[in-house]
Amino acid sequence: MRGVFAFLAGSLFGTGLLISGMTNTTKVQGWLDVFGQWDPTLAFVMGGAILPMLVAWHLTRSRTPMLGGHFPAPPGAELDHRLIAGSVLFGVGWGLAGLCPGPAMASLSFGGAGGIVFMIAMITGMFAAPKLGAQLDRMANAA
Amino acid sequence: MNIEWLWGLAGGLLIGLGGAVYLLCNGRIMGASGILGGLVERGDRSATAERVAFIAGLIGMPFLLQPLIAPQAQTHLTPDLTIVILAGLLVGVGTRIANGCTSGHGVCGISRFSLRGIVATVFYIGAGGLTVAVFRHILGVI
Repeated sequence: MRGVFAFLAGSLFGTGLLISGMTNTTKVQGWLDVFGQWDPTLAFVMGGAILPMLVAWHLTRSRTPMLGGHFPAPPGAELDHRLIAGSVLFGVGWGLAGLCPGPAMASLSFGGAGGIVFMIAMITGMFAAPKLGAQLDRMANAA
Repeated sequence: MNIEWLWGLAGGLLIGLGGAVYLLCNGRIMGASGILGGLVERGDRSATAERVAFIAGLIGMPFLLQPLIAPQAQTHLTPDLTIVILAGLLVGVGTRIANGCTSGHGVCGISRFSLRGIVATVFYIGAGGLTVAVFRHILGVI
């Protein structure tokens, strides 16, 4: 059952990414291109996605997950070096290609060889992340 | 008239609906990098089946629907493979070190007023904007 609802969630996510235009790197880079032809679409996508999630988070207060278990713990408030440095590295990659992990997967079937190369590079980066994160911790502790 | 923002809003609502299903039914945060990264790093084996199912939907549903509802859809990804590989590596490393991406920190974090989610979003959009400014308008390579 958990798999069925996970599949449904992934399907909704992928369909939303497809029809919103977020699998089109031109639109994503257009959003980031404040000095060029700025494209506001991403703000509407983000706003549209946040609305159902506001309701969902509100509902988590008075119930438990339908399939059992617990809801995620409240978010931490600590803004550590991992959050900042990781987000900056991600942002640079996102700006360079216009793809983030969700759209990279959603466009895999029609994105051609380039999309597959991006996916392989992204997974390679994920493999390397724990070691690089530990290196980052050492640098932060030394500083 | 330009109605692309309307498609953006409609698609956004579907994305949020997916996040709501994953949260209210499975009790998990819908973060694309966390779901894929969790499989790559083989952490928390109990979540493996639902992670695989989520990714099957995320890749499979656009595979089925794209020819029907968006036959013109293209990624317009740069043909420069050096940039593609560099970008992919940075996205993979960065999202795992920051423990989230546009869906986890962005959609799911902002909607619960998470300070970490909001700050992460400010930094990756800022870095992305600066990157496009430098690589497109100064260096002219993207």
